[in-house]
Amino acid sequence: METTAAPLPPNPDPCLNVEITPELVAQHGLLPEEYERILGILGRTPNLTELGIFSVMWSEHCAYKNTRKLLKLFPTEKKDKDAIGQVLVKAGDENAGVIDVGEGWGVAFKIESHNHPSAIEPFEGAATGVGGIVRDIFTMGARPVLLTNSLRFGSLESSQVKRLFRGVVSGISHYGNCLGIPNMGGDVYFDDCYEGNPLVNALCAGILRHEEIQKGAATGVGNPVYYVGPGTGRDGLGGASFASRELTEESAEDRPAVQKGDPFMEKLLLEACLEMMSIPGLVVGIQDMGAAGLTCSTCETASRGDSGIEIDLDLVPQRETGMNSYEIMLSESQERMLVIVAKGRERELEEVFEKWDLHAAHIGEVKEGNRMVVRQKGVVVADLPAKSLTDEAPIYDQPATEPAHLAMAREWKVDSIPELGQEAVEGALLGLLTHPTIASKRWIWKQYDHMVMSGCTVEPGSDAGVVKLSIAGINKYLAIANDCNNRFCYLDPYTGAQIAFVECMRNLACSGARALAVTDNLNFGNPNKPEAYHMLKECVKGLADACAHFDVPVVGGNVSLYNEHGEGAIDPTPVVSMVGLIDHPDRVTRSGVKDSGLDLILLGGLPDELGGSYYLQSAFNKKEGTCPKVDLDAEMNLQNLLIGQIEEGRICAAHDLSEGGLLVCLAEMLFDAHGIGASVSLPDLGSSGRLDTLLFGESQARAIIAVKPEKCDAVIQAAKNLGVSAHAMGKTDDSSQLKVEVAGTSVINSDVSGLKNAWESAIPKHMEIA
Amino acid sequence: MKVAIIQFPGSNCDWDAEHSVQNVIGLPAGRVWHKDPLPEGVEAVIVPGGFSFGDYLRCGAIARFSPIMSDLQSFADQGGQVLGICNGFQILCESGLLPGALVRNDCMEFRCLNQSLKVEDSNERFNSEALAAQLTLPIAHGEGNYRADTEVLTDLEANNQVLLRYAPNPNGSINDIAGIRNQAGNVYGMMPHPERAVESHHPCLDGLPVLHAFLQPLLQTSPVQLSA
Repeated sequence: METTAAPLPPNPDPCLNVEITPELVAQHGLLPEEYERILGILGRTPNLTELGIFSVMWSEHCAYKNTRKLLKLFPTEKKDKDAIGQVLVKAGDENAGVIDVGEGWGVAFKIESHNHPSAIEPFEGAATGVGGIVRDIFTMGARPVLLTNSLRFGSLESSQVKRLFRGVVSGISHYGNCLGIPNMGGDVYFDDCYEGNPLVNALCAGILRHEEIQKGAATGVGNPVYYVGPGTGRDGLGGASFASRELTEESAEDRPAVQKGDPFMEKLLLEACLEMMSIPGLVVGIQDMGAAGLTCSTCETASRGDSGIEIDLDLVPQRETGMNSYEIMLSESQERMLVIVAKGRERELEEVFEKWDLHAAHIGEVKEGNRMVVRQKGVVVADLPAKSLTDEAPIYDQPATEPAHLAMAREWKVDSIPELGQEAVEGALLGLLTHPTIASKRWIWKQYDHMVMSGCTVEPGSDAGVVKLSIAGINKYLAIANDCNNRFCYLDPYTGAQIAFVECMRNLACSGARALAVTDNLNFGNPNKPEAYHMLKECVKGLADACAHFDVPVVGGNVSLYNEHGEGAIDPTPVVSMVGLIDHPDRVTRSGVKDSGLDLILLGGLPDELGGSYYLQSAFNKKEGTCPKVDLDAEMNLQNLLIGQIEEGRICAAHDLSEGGLLVCLAEMLFDAHGIGASVSLPDLGSSGRLDTLLFGESQARAIIAVKPEKCDAVIQAAKNLGVSAHAMGKTDDSSQLKVEVAGTSVINSDVSGLKNAWESAIPKHMEIA
Repeated sequence: MKVAIIQFPGSNCDWDAEHSVQNVIGLPAGRVWHKDPLPEGVEAVIVPGGFSFGDYLRCGAIARFSPIMSDLQSFADQGGQVLGICNGFQILCESGLLPGALVRNDCMEFRCLNQSLKVEDSNERFNSEALAAQLTLPIAHGEGNYRADTEVLTDLEANNQVLLRYAPNPNGSINDIAGIRNQAGNVYGMMPHPERAVESHHPCLDGLPVLHAFLQPLLQTSPVQLSA
């Protein structure tokens, strides 16, 4: 700890020369003991600017003070050092993790939340969420090649939710389309628990050569520090600490904490930075100014570089007059970067930015020592040990108490649910197909340019989005999937998080892709509440165990806590996103069936669990039951079978069983081609003995595949070899009808186009402007 | 380079256009920065899609003042082949190289989808026999609603200047117009993206005949000389 520092001179702006009172400390979201720690580190009282700097750097958003211990549970490297997908840049080391994809190429990817800003101002909140994550990726030196989002909203019956949903989608569309990065859709769930606190998690992946990986470290004493991008304004003041509080009715008054995005500016910054980084040896370090803006970028680069850093705020481009040091340091104005350049080569950087008509201002230097020194009008306005801001934030191990409803969920009996008669099957299926979580998301992704960059290979709507890495000139395909069913996480956080993991990986396997790595976005309630912390802890444990079992490391992510509004916390939502690789065009597989005469094989056995299912939601409005079991070995065998058989060229289409179960899965497989139908026969009700459980239960480790008849025996044999149950249950035909019989009795015979129409029109109907 | 692709700040289909011409069709192509002159020896120019200058003010309204536009004007005046795709089409309309204007989609939302199009018999290069009666091409735009006054529209139709029509219409375009040419037949503009439908992983290959029709004169005519 540093205990030097004489008191700083008065700030040039008199309004900052105030006494630091306990109220002021509390307003900055700092606890009294945290303030004591600051006094200990400084050996003096901080001034207001310094207090502001501490408050953002020690916020949950930047410091992970409530989650740092838990995050250590995640494996960050592959155990198998010969496997594809080795980690090149680990989680937490830089702005984003990087994994090897072969032939000297790497993929940088990361997910990040913009939940709180989107709740207050959905369009700008979501738009700047996209902007922030894209900067994290190109800061690494990578050319962004795809975007996805994981979105959660309340019920679409509510007009407020409709407003938020429309605003978020159009914000993402506006920003991403202008940047020209294909948006491959993502996952979207609608549940009352997100009413007033939507989740907006944005993911970006980019591609780069191994030797092009950039570091966010300020090294080399005397190297100049540059500010690039548009001027700093008063927007987004203290956004990081805003995101680390609960939302309340008064949150709308926090609008200044929501940033305003300019995608055109970001596009210029992206191109200029990539051009600059392509000049060998020019850039020493680079970091985007995201959360906590200039503060975070200066102290993090200095801390990583074991250096000191000095900047002069008079040299910072500003778009408003009279900004004081507190405002400049805490502003979260968008589309700005901090660049440390090799001394003597400043002109090369400036020329690139002149070409793109962007500011490039020399604002400071890398210094000896370890201090972050900020000057304005010739006066030192902040002088802090950089590492204390990044590494000495308090770390908490909160008390955890299991919420009462978990025990109820474990003891739940399916008998409490009335049995489903065969005459009600079609109605139940329609109820599920029109639930906005299951219904077609075309209304969303037709507003996203998913085809720009000429790489889109599997458009949104299949199990995973797939893009060809044409821009790298390599014949490989990147697959992306996100998942997290909050219902399961609510009922059993450990198992629910594992389901998010295995379902995400299964989606990749159904698409022919081998999973490389995870980026996760942990969206939870207030960690200071023991019940909320229990949910967080169990989800992280479940996810970490699944990652270790499959040897799929976590290469980065984001934590968003304090997601509470009105009646309480959101359900735990640990969003899991995975990038997978397909190295041959013939292996790209879709969920939709294109041909009649194919054999339909159910892999993994008849579903036998109904707890937590969407059927309980759509038919009985219940969020209850025992979460389906996860058998990680069974899951691994299923996925190995899927990928192996796809690589053998035996699978024409594959779709996993998830929300809505077997019948929804089967119906969705028929929605891609006109006139296709299917006739399926199931031998009996399975071990549950119930029709609802068989048709709509959400048991894990299951998928339906379509194969050519001549390949059927080989696939079934391969399944037997891996110990995966495989049941040839019927065929596709050109009848346009979905026919299912169970133990010889017909349970459904429906026109596929009618089902498809209901599924396709559900969200548009909600969103029609009255 | 035989085919120049103009890169404005905010262009984002410049790489796609270059890739489709250079690597798929096999003609030497390159990107030209909007502040640079059009290189000597260029035989065709593509104004690519994107959000030039952020599409602030109006789509294409700022790009028309870029330094390269005077070169493009004289190139077109001398019969040089010019194709504007999406934002490029908007720029050509704003700069007067093509008639009419493109305004906000009538649904008020961005639309990205595979669009069915009817091919019109416009001229000896661009007709339903050389291409196909019906094509499917990706569209991706928020402002593709073509507008022109009655006089202009009557002329366009009378001179067979309409290249492609939407079927069905996704954006409210007048007469379902998706693409047009100038009267001389050397300047083309369309909202659909032919460069996104040229490779096996694309939804279809219907962009190839469109690009071939546009680039056809390159192998037959001598390079157009730029005036000083």
